[in-house]
Order: sequence, then C-alpha cells, then structure tokens
Amino acid sequence: MKFAYYPGCSLNSTGVEYNISAKAVAKHLGLELWEIPEWNCCGASAAHNTDHLLALALPARNLALAEQQELDVAVPCAACFNRLKATEQAVRESAATREKVNKVIEMDYQANNSVRPLLDVMANALGMNAVKEKVVRPLDDLQVAAYYGCLLVRPPAVTRFDDPEDPQTMDRLMGTIGAIPVEWSFKVECCGAGHSTTTPQVGLPMIDSILANARENGADCIVTACPLCFLNLDMRQKEIEQKYNRSYNLPIFYFTELMGLAFGYSPKDMGITKHFVDPMPLLEGKDLLKHPATRRDEA
Amino acid sequence: MERLNLSAAFTEGQDFRDKIKAFSGVDVKDCYQCGKCTAGCPVAFAMDYTPRQVMRLLQLGLKEEALKCRSIWLCAHCETCYARCPKEIDLAKVMEALRIEAKGLGYVPEKNINLFNDLFLESVEKYGRVHEMGLILNFNLRSGQPFKDAGLGPKLLSNGKIHITAEKIEDNGAVKRIFENVRRMGGEVE
Repeated sequence: MKFAYYPGCSLNSTGVEYNISAKAVAKHLGLELWEIPEWNCCGASAAHNTDHLLALALPARNLALAEQQELDVAVPCAACFNRLKATEQAVRESAATREKVNKVIEMDYQANNSVRPLLDVMANALGMNAVKEKVVRPLDDLQVAAYYGCLLVRPPAVTRFDDPEDPQTMDRLMGTIGAIPVEWSFKVECCGAGHSTTTPQVGLPMIDSILANARENGADCIVTACPLCFLNLDMRQKEIEQKYNRSYNLPIFYFTELMGLAFGYSPKDMGITKHFVDPMPLLEGKDLLKHPATRRDEA
Repeated sequence: MERLNLSAAFTEGQDFRDKIKAFSGVDVKDCYQCGKCTAGCPVAFAMDYTPRQVMRLLQLGLKEEALKCRSIWLCAHCETCYARCPKEIDLAKVMEALRIEAKGLGYVPEKNINLFNDLFLESVEKYGRVHEMGLILNFNLRSGQPFKDAGLGPKLLSNGKIHITAEKIEDNGAVKRIFENVRRMGGEVE
C-alpha cells in the first residue's frame, strides 16, 4: 500500500518524534510513504485567518504534486490534515474555485486524489488486524486517554472522519496494541492551539482542563495525533503545574510512538527520549519495555 | 423599561450581512439564538461577546461592535460551534470573515495574535515552510517579551526540535509566486 506523505513543518521541528515514529511504524507495517518532494507549509490558521485564497492555494500545491503521482495523501498532523482536506473539498466542489486556485499555483489540480489522516490510514486502510499481527510487546495495563482535539474530526462536513463528539479510532487502536483506553470527557476539546504562545492567559487554562480531566479519569498518559496538541500538553505541562499549583506528571505520546513500542522498538528509536515530561518512569514502572514472558509479576 | 429602537441599524446592516454571506456562506438570519455555540465554546470564558452575541450583533446590524470585539480574534477555530449548531451555521467561518474585515480596517484589539499570524506567513513566504525558532524569537522580540519561554530553548535545541537555520525548499520561488499571485488576484475565491 502506497500513499503520498505530507509531514508538515512541525514534524521537522517541534514534532520530530511524530515524524520519526510515523515513518518507522509505517515501514514496519508495509505502508509505503512517498514524501512529497519540496512540500510547502499548509498555511495553518495564519493563512485562513488572513486570506481565503491563500489558504486554499498553499495546500493545493502539495496536493497537485501528489495528484501527478496518482496518490492519495496521508497526513500525520491534524491541523495540516484539516487545511489540506478543506482544500480538496473546495476544489472538487466548485469549478470556479478550481480555476482560480490553479491560476494561483500555476499547476493543474483537479482534486482527484483524497486526503486522509495518517491515523485513519493505519487504523482503517491497513486495518486493526495488520496492526495486531505486529504486536510483540502489548502495552498491558497502560491506561490511555485518547485525545483527538479539534481538527481531526471537525467540522465533520470537511473531515468526514469518525464521530465528531465521541471518536473511537484511536481508542480502538490503543486497545489493539494492548493498552486500555479510558472513558473521559475532553477527547475532542480544544487545546487552544497557538493561544499558549500568543495569549497564555487564555491558552494555559484550556490545556490545564484537558490534563485535569485525563487524570481524574484514571489515565496514566495521553495519546495524540497532532503536534500542536502534543506541544501544548507536553512542553507547557510544567509551566501549568507551577502556575496553577498542580502535580500532573502525565506523559504525552503520539499514537505512532506507542505503536512502535508495542512492535518492539526502543523508546529512543521512537524519539520518546525527546519529550519534556519523561515517560520512562511510567514505561519502566509497568515493565512495558520487556517481552511479556520476561516481565515482572508484580508490574 | 426603556425601549430601544433597533430597526434603523437592522435595515442599514443588510450590506454587511450580504458581505458576510458572500464570504462565509452564512446567512446570519438563520441563527435563532439558542446559545448552543456559546455553551460548547472553549474560549467563551475569555471573550467580550460570546459567539451567540456576535451573531446577534450582526443580526441587529451593529457592525462596528462586531468588528471591534476581541472575540473574533480569540476564536480558536476549533469548530465546536459549527459541529453542534442545529442550523448548521459555520460560525467559525463568520469569525474568520469578521477578522479579515477588521484587520483591513485596522481594528486589531489582540495585537499579539495578529503579530504571530503575520510573522508566520512572512516565514512561509520567505522559506516555503515555517521556521519555528525564527518565528518564536521574532514574535517574542516584536511583542516586547524577549525572554518568554527562554527556559525551554536549550532542551528544544539539544533534542533537535528547533533549528538555528531555516529549512528552505529549493523550489521556494513557487511559494513566493503563490503569495504574489494572491496579492494580484485578491483574496476572494469566487
């Protein structure tokens, strides 16, 4: 199975673990990812808050490059996915939009190919059985809060992926690799995106609520499919603990990192040693880095 | 109780409502003020007008109030309102339309959010991709808080999560031309 791969800017910088683990896990599953050569930034919120045409044109150039290869596009970053998917839809549905966008990018893009979240590709295009076959170190007894955030599932008219209020894909995927998905209330709440940087008095309480709800519902960790959500929950966690006098110490993972651990990769190979909140005490405490037969009885 | 005559504003507001509709596809008259948008909005706690109230301002033709409020800048575009609206109104898109219009008129109550967006796009135009370290340093300097998040820098650098030099795409002329073409053709799609 082959997809075009659009990593997006964060996966080459603050979300580098996501890129490392996504590529390793895809290869392990026999999923071929063809990285779009010379891909450009999707424009993110900055573009669609500034100029409607720019917000369609930036993603369209990448999609046109993939279309030339007749490939559907797998996108790990939830925010990039949303921008690319919105562009696919706008260009497919309106001839006038298509014409104008093509003029701007000076390329031909017909939206004949489809944009999918990498999570969807792994869970549904490859399928849970393919994932299950590769599990050698099930994540037994790891209580995981599957956090989808906004842009994987909303607006549903654009994303057309899972249930917008109670999505299950990541929960089922976590179950498949042996972890226990917890029921919690904040799986599709917003982390505030860039507010933690630009207006922390608004952004930080939003992140705090998510961390608190995961803890209250018994999660050992949170798993995400978005580099911005990850950054907010992981890098900002200490600041939030200090500011609001909390003690979370809640490791944050990308779903691909946990898949990689279950497939037998080391934490270092998955980039897990780069996190701000150190997950090693949790992983070692539950003895998850050993083969089940050699795990401690009491773990 | 004093009666307030809003008819004049309502009539005069039609041009602006048409403009909002052209951009967002939303006819603000469709909103019946149930407040479900505000109930689910994760940023409502920080807004001066709640999302429902922003819709009401537009219905009443109170254009200046809508364009000058902080809410349109604080909206995080999480789309919870749109996903839950019984009338399927894309309120996030209305917020976007108001923000673009407000910016054009120079109404920018949330300077930092606006600055961040501008610097973000500058980076994309220059390199084809966002240079996160340059963006953050530039943002901190220009927003007058040079040491914001300085404590995070060393770990980000040593873990290869930020880079001193920007990653450029070779063919970044293509991205520059996209920006130029958009400027030439105007931002409206149709």
